[in-house]
Amino acid sequence: MGVLATGTRGEILAIKIAVCVKQVPDPDTPPSAFIVDESTKRVVPPPGTPPVVNGFDLNATEAALLLKDAAGGADVEITIIAVGSEFVMDVVKRPLSMGADELVLVDDPSLENLDAFATARVLAKTIENQGPFDVVLCGRQASDWDNGHVPLVLSEILGLPCISFARNIQITDSGVRVERSLTDGYQVVEAPLPAVVTVTNELGEPRYPTLRGIMAATRKTPTTLSLGDIGVTNEDVAPSLELTRLFVPESERNVEIISGEDEVDAGRQLALRLREENLI
Amino acid sequence: MAILLVVAELNGNVVTESTGELVAAAKAVASDGDEIVVAVLSDDPAIVGASAAGLGADRVLTVQHEALAEMGAGSFEAPVAAVTAISNSLSPAAILLSKSDFGSNVGPRVAAQVGGGFAQDCIGLSSASNGRISVTRPVYGGNALAEYVFSGDGVQVLTVRPTIFDPASGDGASPIESFDAPTDVGKISARLVETIAEESKGVRLEDADVVISGGRGLGGPEPFEQLQALADVLGGALGASRAACDAGWIDHSHQIGLTGKSVSPNVYITFGISGASQHMAGCSGSKVIVAVNKDADANIFKDARFGVVGDWGKVLEGFRAAVDDLAVS
Ligand SMILES: Cc1cc2nc3c(=O)[nH]c(=O)nc-3n(C[C@H](O)[C@H](O)[C@H](O)COP(=O)(O)OP(=O)(O)OC[C@H]3O[C@@H](n4cnc5c(N)ncnc54)[C@H](O)[C@@H]3O)c2cc1C
Ligand SMILES: Nc1ncnc2c1ncn2[C@@H]1O[C@H](COP(=O)(O)O)[C@@H](O)[C@H]1O
Repeated sequence: MGVLATGTRGEILAIKIAVCVKQVPDPDTPPSAFIVDESTKRVVPPPGTPPVVNGFDLNATEAALLLKDAAGGADVEITIIAVGSEFVMDVVKRPLSMGADELVLVDDPSLENLDAFATARVLAKTIENQGPFDVVLCGRQASDWDNGHVPLVLSEILGLPCISFARNIQITDSGVRVERSLTDGYQVVEAPLPAVVTVTNELGEPRYPTLRGIMAATRKTPTTLSLGDIGVTNEDVAPSLELTRLFVPESERNVEIISGEDEVDAGRQLALRLREENLI
Repeated sequence: MAILLVVAELNGNVVTESTGELVAAAKAVASDGDEIVVAVLSDDPAIVGASAAGLGADRVLTVQHEALAEMGAGSFEAPVAAVTAISNSLSPAAILLSKSDFGSNVGPRVAAQVGGGFAQDCIGLSSASNGRISVTRPVYGGNALAEYVFSGDGVQVLTVRPTIFDPASGDGASPIESFDAPTDVGKISARLVETIAEESKGVRLEDADVVISGGRGLGGPEPFEQLQALADVLGGALGASRAACDAGWIDHSHQIGLTGKSVSPNVYITFGISGASQHMAGCSGSKVIVAVNKDADANIFKDARFGVVGDWGKVLEGFRAAVDDLAVS
């Protein structure tokens, strides 16, 4: 793995950052349009709804770009890595149009719905193949299977420290300094580089692509790798969990709509009703 | 005969309620003759072991190391090394942790070391054939439920969502043994520098009987002051959707949901929240959900017991006036 390139006075000359991004079905699909095919155990996206880059992975891209903005004289190179199949080019190029430098796609039909351990093994091989990197950034979890563990497994495979839920990242002389979000406050954690860091939405909104960024992204050709290219074996992609059933839980609407002479009165009636039920 | 290993979670010097829930979860998949072992990781397990001994497990294993102070918070490397060592020594069929900051960071890393796969945030557990465990977990933000069976024959590692199981308890005290910490517990590369706690004013969200929660529909920060004032009169706490927190209208410590806090009040009253599954994941344990939303088709009305279709500002005005009248009378 990478070690920061430094100059004669110890100043940082170059930082190589990998950002792992996943293409996922749009999580803003309203529950009424969320459909599962129970026989194939797959989610059926509503027609005309394209996939998106997982939201937290755009936060991770933003984190990489903030490191680039803050780097001063150092040369920062940001490589986006996505593992999957049926990539929609406009979608996976979004991090490039935000300002990332390179896109690496590991594209193979067998990679659709890979389980988290297998994904981590494929990502590890890709990172070894494309590296060395000083920092590997990931999202805190992917909005399809809500696993939240690919980056942690990845860090163990690579033998690197992993700091999760970053809301702020700084590269220092001695490594990386991360503010990790807690539900009540935050922690400051430091680790030597290389390291894996997962990013949360508390980092702030990802920047919008600029017109220049979009033009630049259009001109870039992604590096496409097959499993053979990076030496992934059948054993690497063997699942450790078998999905036996996928279904939408039943829920019936059971709401008592409270009205009044007008909206203010409806609010009054609501309070009285809740008092009647001893709830307030 | 198999061993089911529960990793205790500590709050100061006592095990948390969620640890008792893990023992209950382990009992749900244990067969006759299986042994449930609770591991306690601490810099001073002498004080903690006793609180773990009352959970009804077959035995308690304590591991002591200074790097396990506060359970290795922040870096999590020490607990990963400790649990891996216990696993290598006991060869348990499964390792159960709580879906908390600790469990969701330690679990996957231990699983990567001991190798039989990892299931996050389980809400149901049952035993399948050959000692394998079948789990149910919410996926797609809670829009769907997935059932999985661990394949292969490695150690099955999983986290259990808090409050799903009723905590187990035992009559007698389980025997306490100590387990020698392996040397690599002290070899830590990431280091916790400091923890900055956000002090919640008034009632904690997690403990509140009444939660008043606001979303993007409120349109700005000021309405949250009105909701806070209402929460204060009702002796409750203030929640928010992620959209409102991301907009900077209210601090993220108020966020309820899949990636925020989980609350289970008697009544959860929302203003201007659409009811996305990722939000509902954090309040589905509420006894009663109340929705105020101007869109009669909003998803929140599917989960709500009471609702008003209307503008939050007007509805809140009447609601607050009635609450004040009730307080006087
Ligand atoms: C992986 C992942 C994790 C997530 N985790 C969380 C989480 O932990 N918590 C969370 O909350 N979200 C989470 N989200 C985001 C979630 O999907 C929704 O985007 C979010 O909850 C929407 O917030 P909202 O209901 O406030 O906003 P919207 O969905 O925009 O809803 C606003 C509502 O306000 C109503 N409204 C507008 N004006 C008025 C008015 N004047 N009076 C009354 N009503 C009005 C509208 O009808 C609408 O229903 C997550 C998303 C992902 C992908
Ligand atoms: N197929 C994938 N390709 C690239 N990165 C991924 C992939 N799956 C997961 N990740 C990364 O791991 C993070 C957590 O994913 P998960 O553990 O699946 O919830 C994501 O936010 C991504 O950064």
